Amino acid sequence: MYKYDEYDQQMVDTRVAEFRDQVRRRIAGDLTEDQFKPLRLQNGLYLQLHAYMLRVAVPYGTLNSTQMTLLGDIADKYDRGYGHFTTRQNIQYNWIKLEDTPDILAELATVEMHAIQTSGNCIRNISSDQFAGAAEDEILDPRPYAELLRQWSSFHPEFLVLPRKFKIAVIASETDRAAMRLHDIGIKMVKNDAGEIGAQFYAGGGMGRTPMIAPLIREFVPIHQLITYAEACLRVYNRYGRRDNKYKARIKILVHELGRDEYVRQVEEEFAHLLTQPIEPPLAELERIKAHFVDPAFDAAASDELDLTDPDFRLWVERNTTPHKQPGYIIATVSLKPVGGIPGDATADQIRLMAKLAKDHSFDELRVTHAQNIVFPHVRKSDLYTVWKALDEAGLGTANLDTVGDIIACPGLDYCSLANARSIPVAQKISERFGSARKQAEIGELKLKISGCINACGHHHAGHIGILGVDKKGLENYQLLFGGSEGADTSLARIIGPGFTEDGVVDAIEKATQVYLANKQGEERFLDTYRRIGMEPFKEAIYG
Amino acid sequence: MKILTGNDLKTGAVIWWTGVGWSLNVNDSTDVGEHGAAIIAREEGAQNVFAAYVVDGVKTDEGVRPSHIKERIRALGPTVRPDLTLKPSDPEAVNWVI
Repeated sequence: MYKYDEYDQQMVDTRVAEFRDQVRRRIAGDLTEDQFKPLRLQNGLYLQLHAYMLRVAVPYGTLNSTQMTLLGDIADKYDRGYGHFTTRQNIQYNWIKLEDTPDILAELATVEMHAIQTSGNCIRNISSDQFAGAAEDEILDPRPYAELLRQWSSFHPEFLVLPRKFKIAVIASETDRAAMRLHDIGIKMVKNDAGEIGAQFYAGGGMGRTPMIAPLIREFVPIHQLITYAEACLRVYNRYGRRDNKYKARIKILVHELGRDEYVRQVEEEFAHLLTQPIEPPLAELERIKAHFVDPAFDAAASDELDLTDPDFRLWVERNTTPHKQPGYIIATVSLKPVGGIPGDATADQIRLMAKLAKDHSFDELRVTHAQNIVFPHVRKSDLYTVWKALDEAGLGTANLDTVGDIIACPGLDYCSLANARSIPVAQKISERFGSARKQAEIGELKLKISGCINACGHHHAGHIGILGVDKKGLENYQLLFGGSEGADTSLARIIGPGFTEDGVVDAIEKATQVYLANKQGEERFLDTYRRIGMEPFKEAIYG
Repeated sequence: MKILTGNDLKTGAVIWWTGVGWSLNVNDSTDVGEHGAAIIAREEGAQNVFAAYVVDGVKTDEGVRPSHIKERIRALGPTVRPDLTLKPSDPEAVNWVI
C-alpha cells in the first residue's frame, strides 16, 4: 500500500501544528466559535449530539495493521473504548475532547493518517472497491488511480471551497462494490479495444434528499489525461454549481438542470482548454504510486483446499468469503453486524485483534467497506480456520454478509445532530427478528439500509429494502422503500406507502420477506423478485 | 418551561443552565423564561459554553424533561448504549427518553 513521501508527511505534520495553534487560540478565547467552526471542520472535528466527533480518513478504505492498531488505541486513550466504521470507509469517534484533538492528530500523523477533508465543501475521502487488488474479476487494481486522485484533491486550492461536498469513487471491475454511480463523480477503470488503460467517467450521482444515478459522461479518458479531465469536471461544477441554496448545490442538481449533454459539452470545452495547460502529473508519478501497490509475495504453491468439516466455519466461509485472484488465497469479510449489535461499531480490543490477524494472515492489509465491515484481502486458505476461530471468540465471526442481518445504518438520532429518528434500534430489532442462520439462508441476499434523516448517510435509497426515519409531529416514524441497488444494476428505491412505528416497520419487513419467499422463482434474490412482480403484492401484504 | 443547553468548550459535553452555572444533568435545569438570549450572550462571551440554545421542557415528578425527543436523547446519552448514559447503572433510564 502507499507510503507517504517527505511531501505527504510534511503536509500532514504542518497541518497538525497549525490546528494545534488554532485549538489553543480557541480555548484561550482568541477565536469565537463562528471563526473556529470552519477550521475544526476542515480537520474532521464535528459537534454532534453529545460531544465532539472526529472523523478520520481511511483513503480508499485501505489500512495496514500499524494504522489499525493505533485506531484501537485512540478509542481507548481518547474515546470510550470503541470506534464506528462509516459508509465512507472512514472511522468516527463519538466522544472526543477538543483539547485532546491536536494530540490525536499528531499520533495519527505518525502512522500516515489524518482527518483532513473529512468534512466541509471539498473533495472528500476517495472511496473504492474493498476487494481492490484481490478480486478475481477486476481488470486492474484501482487504488493507484484513487491515490493519484487523493494527491490531486488534497489541499487543491481551487476546490477547497466548492458549492458543496464532493465524493469520488474509483472501481475497476464489472461488479460495482463501491456504489460508484451514486457518487458526485464515479470512475470506472477500463481497457479499450487496443488494450490501453483509461477511465470511464460518470457524473452527477448521489443520494441525500434528491437521489440521482450518475449518467455516463465519457466512455474513455486516456490514462495520461485522467487528472485533467477530473479537473475539467470540477471546474464546471465549481463555476456553475448553486451556492445560493445548499439543498441544490450538489453537482447532481447542476447536471440534472443543465442536462447531461450540456454539462458534457461544457466539460469537454474546459477539458480542451486545460489540455493546453500542463496540469497533468507526469506518468512517472503514477508509476511511482503503482510501485506501492504491487501484489504481496503470494505463495504459488499454497493449497487451494479448505477443510469445511466444522459446520459453523462452513457457514461463515459460504457467506463471508469471496474468491481471490490468486489460487490458494481467499478474501474474508468480517461482519461488524452481530445479531442485535450496532452496525459498524467495534471495540478497541476488536480493532486491535483485527489488526493482529491482518498482520499475521493477510499481508498486513485490511480494508474498510462502505457497508461498514472489515476485509482481510489476502488470507491464505490454510490459515482461514485459524482466522475465523480468533474472530469468532471475539464476537466477530457472524456469518451474515449481504443478508438481511448485514444492515447499513447511520448513527441516527442516537448520535447525530442532524437526524430526525433513531436508526440503530431499528437495525437491532431487524437483526434480532432475522437472527437465525436458517432464516437468513432462506432469504439469501437482501441489502437493507437505514437512514435517520433525508441526508441518507445510511444509503436507504440504494437498499433492496430501505428505511428512512422521519420526525412526525415529534414522534419517530419510518418510511419503507423497496427496489434500490448500488451495484452494476444501480437503481433507486421507491417509497411503498405510509410510514410505520419502530415495531411496525420490523413487522412490515417480515411480511415483505414472506411475499418474496412465496413468489420467488429459481435463484431470484429479493430484489429480482420485486423487480419482476412489482410493488403491489408487497403493499397488499403490508397494508392489507 | 424554557431551558437552556449548550456544550462545554473543552470537552464538548452537553450541559444545562442551572441559574448560576452549568450542569451535566438536565434535572438541574432552571426555567429561563424570556432571558435565554441574554444568558447565552453573556455565557458564550465568557467562554462558559458554546453552541447554546433554548429548548422547551416540562417539569415532571421525575425531573426536568425536554419536550422533543432529540433533546431528551441529548440529555441522557445514546439510547443504544445505556452504559454511556448519565445513568449507566440504570438500564431503564432510556425509557423516559422515548
